[in-house]
Amino acid sequence: MNQLDKTLPYDVEAVRADFPVLSQEHHPGVPLIYLDNAATSQKPLKVIEMLDDYYRRYNANVHRGIHKLSEEATAAYEQARLKLRKFIKARSRREIIFTRGTTEGINLVAQTWGRANLKPGDVVLSTQMEHHSNIVPWQMLATEKGITVRYVPVLPDGTLDMDAYAAFLRDEPVKLVAVTAVSNVLGTINPIKEMAKQAHEAGALILVDAAQAAPHLPLDVQALDVDFLVFSGHKMLGPTGSGVLYGKRELLEAMPPWMGGGDMINRVTLEGSTWNELPYKFEAGTPSIAEMIGLGYAVDYLEALGMDKVHAYERMLTEYALERLEEVPGLTLYGPSADRKGAVATFTMDGIHAHDLAQMLDAEGIAVRAGHHCAMPLHDCFGIPASARASFYLYNTVAEIDALIEGIYKAKQAFAR
Amino acid sequence: MYDMYRENILDHGMNPRNRGILDPADVDYEANNPLCGDRLRLTLRIDENNRITAVGWDGEGCAISQASASMLGEEILGKTLDEVRQIGKQDIFDMLGIPLSMNRVKCGLLSLKVLTVALYGLGEWHKHEAEDEE
Repeated sequence: MNQLDKTLPYDVEAVRADFPVLSQEHHPGVPLIYLDNAATSQKPLKVIEMLDDYYRRYNANVHRGIHKLSEEATAAYEQARLKLRKFIKARSRREIIFTRGTTEGINLVAQTWGRANLKPGDVVLSTQMEHHSNIVPWQMLATEKGITVRYVPVLPDGTLDMDAYAAFLRDEPVKLVAVTAVSNVLGTINPIKEMAKQAHEAGALILVDAAQAAPHLPLDVQALDVDFLVFSGHKMLGPTGSGVLYGKRELLEAMPPWMGGGDMINRVTLEGSTWNELPYKFEAGTPSIAEMIGLGYAVDYLEALGMDKVHAYERMLTEYALERLEEVPGLTLYGPSADRKGAVATFTMDGIHAHDLAQMLDAEGIAVRAGHHCAMPLHDCFGIPASARASFYLYNTVAEIDALIEGIYKAKQAFAR
Repeated sequence: MYDMYRENILDHGMNPRNRGILDPADVDYEANNPLCGDRLRLTLRIDENNRITAVGWDGEGCAISQASASMLGEEILGKTLDEVRQIGKQDIFDMLGIPLSMNRVKCGLLSLKVLTVALYGLGEWHKHEAEDEE
């Protein structure tokens, strides 16, 4: 029992017992060590059971029926919406649009708010550290609407160049800032509240990619005063195919709808149609009902633990991981120090390509990710073709980090000639 | 455990044969694997009998992609274009001597892709890929 264990904010072994995936062996005698949480998280039994329960007991379409099952499904679905509203402290449930994930949410804003409000010459200000989902939709819009996409540079320490940010806002016609709350590669926690304030002062809106933030940090969209915020359910213990787009009500009211079809309408005639109220205006067709209900239970799980406890635990884990990784000769870490980053450790090894490293770690039962992590511009910026990424979540342990380090040394040995 | 990195792959990966761009060259082509940052550039000299007289390549990436290029380079040296055309995906897998997971297939086949497109065009490479589409 090491020093770290005495000050754990919660009993991590008890938490691990809730996650069936974690108790398996990778191959005989070698436990699975899952360190690819930035890609997707594992699910607690409760979420899995609730998905099963929905399909077994009360599966029915929502918002459309009067019969008992449809009433129950609708209630559960809307209950989940309330849970998500509370989770990010939004003012109203009408500001919680259910999507299939972060990428869908960003594309929704680009294609509705973006199309309706941006004109040739306008600037969307993204950053060099963004995930492709917060770059490509704006580039697509640029081609379509004649706008320009600019990028706040990343400093060598992995933080955003805030001087450059201020200069862009001052010197260019920025209409929207599109920025990540936590970088999926560097782990950098960006100063969103400050960035929102500056954006607003310059007459721009701000859209925040919270895919790596919502699972790990307490969020308060009103305190942050962001205009749009997106995140994915599958990264926060929820099912794939679930996610949220948050938008300030006035903005969502003014935006044209995205997909057209059932449920997003008020009245349809052959001459034309009128739109349903929020949030349904942006929820066409039969939604991922089971998935959103499941996400609601994921939120319950996180709230029961407490997001500040989750963050505190992960901070300890990350500090420990960075400490140990820094000791490995020939290993280069990317991103800021532990106090300014989320639970992510991205690195390269001299003489061993990230792919080969990840392959060897897999042989030791350790799951990490290798490549560019959907952030090619960031890798160009740092001049590396690929990197290896270990990302932690509330159920990882110090012992697992020790195993990661051991695996890295083994790989070093195999390639040493 | 490290079967994946059998001696021949580590050997070719760390001591690649035929490394170095040829200049002048009759063929010069480069491609990459966007998924992971593997890059390969292949240069060839071919004589009047369509025989490959010199192979030189350059690139960076994982051990599998580099080893594959090194081995393939050795394989095609001295062969005619017709002989080289017969080389297929299975030959690469046999050469590497290890099973490649779906995610690593692209690494292993990058060398073949560069060679095929350089000599015979993208259409020929698509024929190789089409074999998988059932």
